[in-house]
Amino acid sequence: MLVNQFLLLGAFLFCTGVYGVLARRNAVMVLMSIELMLNAVNINLLTFGYLHNAVSGQVFALFIIAVAAAEVAVGLAIILLIYRNRASINVDELDLMRG
Amino acid sequence: MIAQNIAFGIIATVTAVSAVLMVTTRNVVHAALYLVAVLASLGALYVLLTAEFVATTQFLVYIGAVMVLFLFGVMLTRAPGGETQSLTATSWPVAFGVAAILAGALTWALLDQFGSDELSENPVVFRTADVGDEIFSTYLIAFEAASVLLLAALIGAIVLARKD
Repeated sequence: MLVNQFLLLGAFLFCTGVYGVLARRNAVMVLMSIELMLNAVNINLLTFGYLHNAVSGQVFALFIIAVAAAEVAVGLAIILLIYRNRASINVDELDLMRG
Repeated sequence: MIAQNIAFGIIATVTAVSAVLMVTTRNVVHAALYLVAVLASLGALYVLLTAEFVATTQFLVYIGAVMVLFLFGVMLTRAPGGETQSLTATSWPVAFGVAAILAGALTWALLDQFGSDELSENPVVFRTADVGDEIFSTYLIAFEAASVLLLAALIGAIVLARKD
């Protein structure tokens, strides 16, 4: 197995996530795309852990999973609050702070 | 090695196709299910990378817990089911351009740096016990910080979402 086949898959997933974050208007979909990007990073960590025979890669990946779970919980709570106040989770309409 | 390459091909295809469908589908619930496909095939990929405990955690935490949260989020924030016409912003070509440029730059950098480097065929396999040893020795403080972070996120989510 090549190192690059894993790293390129990770890069592709990351770019797909970037596209999702920028192009999607639904805030829940934006959060899902962020999960995609975090998972792309996990592939890289595990690949480099495998490459360098280091267990740290797996430990870092576990920390990322824990932080991602916390991020989703808080993010969805915020989206829920926005929906209650604005009756919409379209990110294009959330322009209260526009100057 | 050939078997692993075939496995990688299947997993990578499923992952890439599901990811693209996830960011292009017009149905939020379908997007959540495509995300399940991506996360499950990534769990298989982690097994291929000899990270058994990370793969288990991927299935438990992501597919078990995070996906339920997402489906609750979809359910609580959008009353009508089915297709919605305006999930993608009209400025999506800009987003596509940014993603394409980033993909090109990353691909170039990776090919330049790693070329055709091979992963070792007989790696040191770290079992769950080794991962546990490492977490509870070298990364003990980070582990405790992660516990506090999860507690803070739990309380924060409840405080934010509470009706009062």
